[in-house]
Amino acid sequence: MSDHEYTPKSKAGRWFNDRLPLLTLANHLTDYPTPKNLNYWWTFGGILTFCLITQIVTGLVLAMHYIAHADMAFESVEHIMRDVNYGWLIRYIHANGASMFFLAVYIHIFRSLFYGSYKSPREIIWIIGIIIYLLMMAAAFMGYVLPWGQMSFWGATVITNLFSAIPFVGEGVVTWLWGGYSVDNPTLTRFFTLHYLIPFLILGLVVLHIWALHVPGNNNPVGIDVKKPSKDTVPFHPYIVIKDGFALLMFMIVFAFFVFYAPNILGHADNYIEANPLVTPAHIVPEWYLLPFYAILRSVPDKLLGVVAMLSAILILAVLPWLDTSKIRSAVFRPLYKQFYWILVADVLILGYVGAMPAEGLYLLIARVATAYYFLHFLVILPVLGLKERTIPLPLSITEPVLGGSPNMAMAKKKESKIE
Amino acid sequence: MKNILKLFSVIILFSVSSVNVISAEKVEFLKTDWTFKGLFGKFDRASLQRGYQVYTEVCAACHSMKYLSYRNLSEKGGPEFSVAQAKAIAASFEVTDGPNADGEMFQRPGKLSDKFVMPYENVKAAEAANGGAYPPDMSVLVKARGGGVDYIYSLLQGYEEAPNGMILDDGVHYNKYMYGNKIKMSAPLSDGIIEYSDGTKASVEQMSKDVTTFLMWAAEPSLEARHQMGFKAIVYLIILTVLVYFSMKRIWSRVKSEV
Repeated sequence: MSDHEYTPKSKAGRWFNDRLPLLTLANHLTDYPTPKNLNYWWTFGGILTFCLITQIVTGLVLAMHYIAHADMAFESVEHIMRDVNYGWLIRYIHANGASMFFLAVYIHIFRSLFYGSYKSPREIIWIIGIIIYLLMMAAAFMGYVLPWGQMSFWGATVITNLFSAIPFVGEGVVTWLWGGYSVDNPTLTRFFTLHYLIPFLILGLVVLHIWALHVPGNNNPVGIDVKKPSKDTVPFHPYIVIKDGFALLMFMIVFAFFVFYAPNILGHADNYIEANPLVTPAHIVPEWYLLPFYAILRSVPDKLLGVVAMLSAILILAVLPWLDTSKIRSAVFRPLYKQFYWILVADVLILGYVGAMPAEGLYLLIARVATAYYFLHFLVILPVLGLKERTIPLPLSITEPVLGGSPNMAMAKKKESKIE
Repeated sequence: MKNILKLFSVIILFSVSSVNVISAEKVEFLKTDWTFKGLFGKFDRASLQRGYQVYTEVCAACHSMKYLSYRNLSEKGGPEFSVAQAKAIAASFEVTDGPNADGEMFQRPGKLSDKFVMPYENVKAAEAANGGAYPPDMSVLVKARGGGVDYIYSLLQGYEEAPNGMILDDGVHYNKYMYGNKIKMSAPLSDGIIEYSDGTKASVEQMSKDVTTFLMWAAEPSLEARHQMGFKAIVYLIILTVLVYFSMKRIWSRVKSEV
């Protein structure tokens, strides 16, 4: 941002800007040069910001009516659904908003994996993103506990119990987390406090995430550096604003469908039964967005190693920029990586599926194979592939005439042959 | 535009598959056409009123409905009894109130603002009266069971003779649709067990349908408002999306690139 010279036109503007350069910042944000070949997979950053704000705003209203007490939480949620004006709408937006948030974040992460957005010089953006993702999982998990239904209670019991796998101090840690000898009122009140806190931590990290993005600028589908500003870029406003807006509206249609016509389809029926420490549900399953990691956890027979595997599955992403040895960013120019990428996508989907099934028989076997492959992808395939793979030559710029400015190789070749 | 379609279809696919995964593991439930399903789904008012009659004359003997108030019965989108009717219904129940100035609890007729009177003092009392099984509160029962309305509707009609070889303990009944097929509730409905005030024939099937409709409303009192608002919201979003799409095309036409 230091390279940005900007002087407000009005005298008052200059006076203010000399003291706090907010107008310079606003000007930077509108003029921010963005590669003009970004496709719709790049619109999910904006969509995620929308999701975060939606969760915070609806969450604030819910917190005004919710009572964080083991004896009253369930009832207060029903009070919100029945007596609070449009309480049902706010709660359903918040509950489905969590699912939408994760849907968007998974697309955002897998976009990054496909186009190599995590590679130099964008490692810090990526790592901040992974921290945000971790915090999102923590916030979502604690949020799911608050209605104090059966899945809330037993989910909390299962997940907090994971900490008991820590050698020597495990049991003590779990007692400390619970604030007692089982999941109970102290657990609920602290989860509520943390659930309220985490979104604001995420908000702060999002600012850093965007700041770190604005230093090198966006990656793009071709994955080569763009000179900015140049013919390769367009100013953020109005070009990207309108495009992000369009994509956001499409996303909101899907969102609205869930909120208005299938508000409970992504939840579990058992969570409409008030928590009962004496009755264990037949199957304890987390929300869909945590299922792949739940599958990894259960695929390891040893409790401690299972927890280690689950945590590694997430943390391995943080060191991804150094595991991937290829200098080429975009999978468009990496024919082999492209295939392994889609295998990984399928692998994660399979993990998600078996995570929802009972951990026995064939399901368990599939979970184990898929877990092994997940780690194989990051620890073996990616490092080796970067050294061995024969990549397709990169274009010189994203507007290079021969390529017709298209990131799509097939389309580019078609245009190429036409020129010949 | 191709990319958008691809993206959109991925999201739709995700939604559809998530719906399938969730509904995949169910037994085949009995089906009936619910008027409250679909984009414009609304409750059948007469069915809700009959359903309330079934609830109050049959179910309420054991099942509480603690999150509902008598005023709900006259509210929009519900059974829509007149306020006078709802007041009369409320007044037909004795409510414990107090303490009064002397520190005594006292009984008085119910008011619109009272919650539905519970059949038992507490869970323990309910269990003691029902052979150790707690008759679940019915306020959100439909949402608390996989299969929802279809499950409840089927369960009410699922009582059969136990198959040969199955030994049932005292006070346990066989039900085709119950998890594990064993249920402590005896068949609650039988033909003509109640007399509908609107003259409808009270068959088991009819009563099952009515009371399930009533339970759906009890669990989702704002279902009609939700459907109405949802339709408006989605139409509004689609129109706005189309407008923004053309604005975007216009703006991007200044740049040599694809949107």
